[in-house]
Amino acid sequence: MNVVTLSQLQFAATGMFHWIFVPLTLGLSIMTAWMETKYVTTGDETWLRMTKFWGKLFLINFALGVVTGITMEFQFGLNWSEYSRYVGDIFGAPLAIEATLAFFLESVFIGVWIFGWNKISKKTHLVAIWLTAVATNVSALIILLANAWMQKPVGYVIRNGRAEMNDFLALLTNDYGLIKFVHTLMSGYALAAFVIMGVSAWHLLKDNETDFFKRSFKMAATWAFVASILVALTGDFHAAEIAEHQPEKFAAMESIWETKKNVGMSMLVFPDAKNERNAIESLTIPSLLSYMAFRETEGEIRGLKDYPKEMRPPVTPVFLSFRLMVGLGFFMIFSSLVGLVLSRKDNFTDNRLFLTIMVFAIPAPYLAQQLGWLVAELGRQPWIVYGVLKTADAVSKSITSTQVILSLLGFTVLYGMLGAIDIFLLVKYAKKGPDTDVSSIIQVQGRG
Amino acid sequence: MDISIFQIIWFVLWGVLWAVYFMLDGFVLGTGFMAGFLAKSDTEKRVLINAVGPVWDGNEVWLVTAGGATFAAFPTTYALMFSNLYSALILLLFALIVRGVSFEFRGKIDSPVWKKSWDTAIIVASFLPALLFGVAFGNIFKGIPMKNDFAAINFSYDGTLIGLLNSYGLLTGVLFVLLFAVHGSLYAAIKTTGDLSRRGEELANKLWLPLLVVAVAFLGYTYPATKLYDNFLKAPVLLIVPLIAVVSLLLVKVFIAKGSCHKAFLFSCLTIVFVVFTGVTGLFPNLIPSNIDPASNLTIFNSSSSLLTLQIMTVVAAIFVPIVICYKIWVYRIFRARVTNEEVLGNPEAY
Repeated sequence: MNVVTLSQLQFAATGMFHWIFVPLTLGLSIMTAWMETKYVTTGDETWLRMTKFWGKLFLINFALGVVTGITMEFQFGLNWSEYSRYVGDIFGAPLAIEATLAFFLESVFIGVWIFGWNKISKKTHLVAIWLTAVATNVSALIILLANAWMQKPVGYVIRNGRAEMNDFLALLTNDYGLIKFVHTLMSGYALAAFVIMGVSAWHLLKDNETDFFKRSFKMAATWAFVASILVALTGDFHAAEIAEHQPEKFAAMESIWETKKNVGMSMLVFPDAKNERNAIESLTIPSLLSYMAFRETEGEIRGLKDYPKEMRPPVTPVFLSFRLMVGLGFFMIFSSLVGLVLSRKDNFTDNRLFLTIMVFAIPAPYLAQQLGWLVAELGRQPWIVYGVLKTADAVSKSITSTQVILSLLGFTVLYGMLGAIDIFLLVKYAKKGPDTDVSSIIQVQGRG
Repeated sequence: MDISIFQIIWFVLWGVLWAVYFMLDGFVLGTGFMAGFLAKSDTEKRVLINAVGPVWDGNEVWLVTAGGATFAAFPTTYALMFSNLYSALILLLFALIVRGVSFEFRGKIDSPVWKKSWDTAIIVASFLPALLFGVAFGNIFKGIPMKNDFAAINFSYDGTLIGLLNSYGLLTGVLFVLLFAVHGSLYAAIKTTGDLSRRGEELANKLWLPLLVVAVAFLGYTYPATKLYDNFLKAPVLLIVPLIAVVSLLLVKVFIAKGSCHKAFLFSCLTIVFVVFTGVTGLFPNLIPSNIDPASNLTIFNSSSSLLTLQIMTVVAAIFVPIVICYKIWVYRIFRARVTNEEVLGNPEAY
């Protein structure tokens, strides 16, 4: 394999690994802050115990999210130095701003939150978790704006042999990034809510701490349902945006080969990339795809055949990832709605089948998130910056394939071990359940 | 304003970010790889980890910011520095990743084998970055074998990982290790109590002389090995920078001898900051020189971002860096008390 492919593999592997931990951080930070707010405003001890229990899982997960994030920042220079040099004038700024504005805030106040229980007042402690939570969300916004610039480059001019920024505001208000941000953020909230529902269901099945986990489940079901609906809505907007700005990606997502008006959406499709057609295509709802892409049934969708083969994204993986992601999204809406309705009733824990399903549903949002990134990044190929710079031209020139093979091996072994340990610890502490005694905190904070 | 003003502002900020990073992570790395000498029991090891627990993550962000600032302000330098030093930086990255999770993971399972493994991980993953940062900066001071044609956008590098392990690079590596060892020991002295604190003071005292010897050797060897002194010879007033470094280092010993570890730690901070400033002052206007062709030097003029980007970044830094400094000082104040054995044993939240 050459340096480009190896570097792509490494970026994909390290990025997807990083993304196992980020969405739970995004969602669980806000939800933990929410629980602590309830505790501070009501004084109800259960909310404090919830804060501590879910907060612990948040922290075990947080550690790996942080350390794997540094890899992402360094990799632009390590493996993609031509990219960094060519677009650094506009792409470097958001990364530096993210560190200064958000990453500092979250990293400093997470320390205050963990170690501050008996050192600062109740209210200051609450402020610490909110600052951490808001900062992680702002981090995501800035990073997604940077990623959006690679998808829909704005506010730049090609000058001095590189892309130079000429409109910073355009970068910050890139609609592609803003929609993507809400889509991603809501999917993070949904994921965290599914983790809470799943873990709670596991304990409820064992009749363990029933009040505690009923309350957790009920809270999470609301978050999960609202967030999943918003994921779908923003996903719909996002797809329309892609249809307009990245028609090849859209065509690959839907496996559309021929340019046509009035394109229907087929429920059953399987692409046959080799022969540039679909092997299966049935159960078609007329005009639906045209409508979803352009908000009019007459909308013309450009097919993949309009583009030379080397300019098309890899159709089969993009299409399958997209379909599966959407399917999982619908499953999440449906199951969280059922959860929302059932958890209103006091005896909902009798429904053991539903609780069991919710335990096994934990991986669903994780899988959906990974698939979403595959659609976004594979769908942009062969470009690294859409329409501006090809991936093949972006790689570092001074590195050899041996170097990248070794680093990729290193990442695989290291991340494999750390990931296994982290998931093991998450499961261990999730199964262990909440601590019964929080009196020491209440005593100290009462004085504070 | 002219672009060169902003290029100079960002050169200064670049130096400050690295200096502050080494000052802050220096003591975390130092207590990390000195843990075996400092702490004798499991409780003492936990005290040590908890002494850095609330702040290590925030300290590491200075590195992320230094990296981000290099990317935003000097993208060509960022691109070539990272790709040319690929293997060394990958190793550094692995070490920093392991170091970070070790703190979180160590206390999560109550088994001697588990804890011992993470103790070893902390020592190795703290020592490696100290050494590698030193080696990397030694090579940056010396220049690396690259040939850059900026007009034709054609860059080449002719170095290897083994090539970085030259005598000057290694000497700088040892200098960093000793600086952080003393720094970390002093941090243990002022942040813990009893035997642990006393051992920190003793170790700092013992390691001071080797540090001085290496520092003198470094200053001497820098003359034939690098061009850092050129700037100081051109403008002798700049010699104040290395002078402050040397005086601070001497004061570290003075205050340890007086039993005043807080002041010794303060001057250890100054020593690290001014050692970095000495190197950076000598580099100006280069960020990374080439040791085979002066025209290939990466300078603040030939590798910077455009005027607009530098202006925007200056505004961002002018607003947010002071805010960051304010809340970081606040946090250090909250956690200013020494960490005791009883506190760690009684607190289920502790690492």
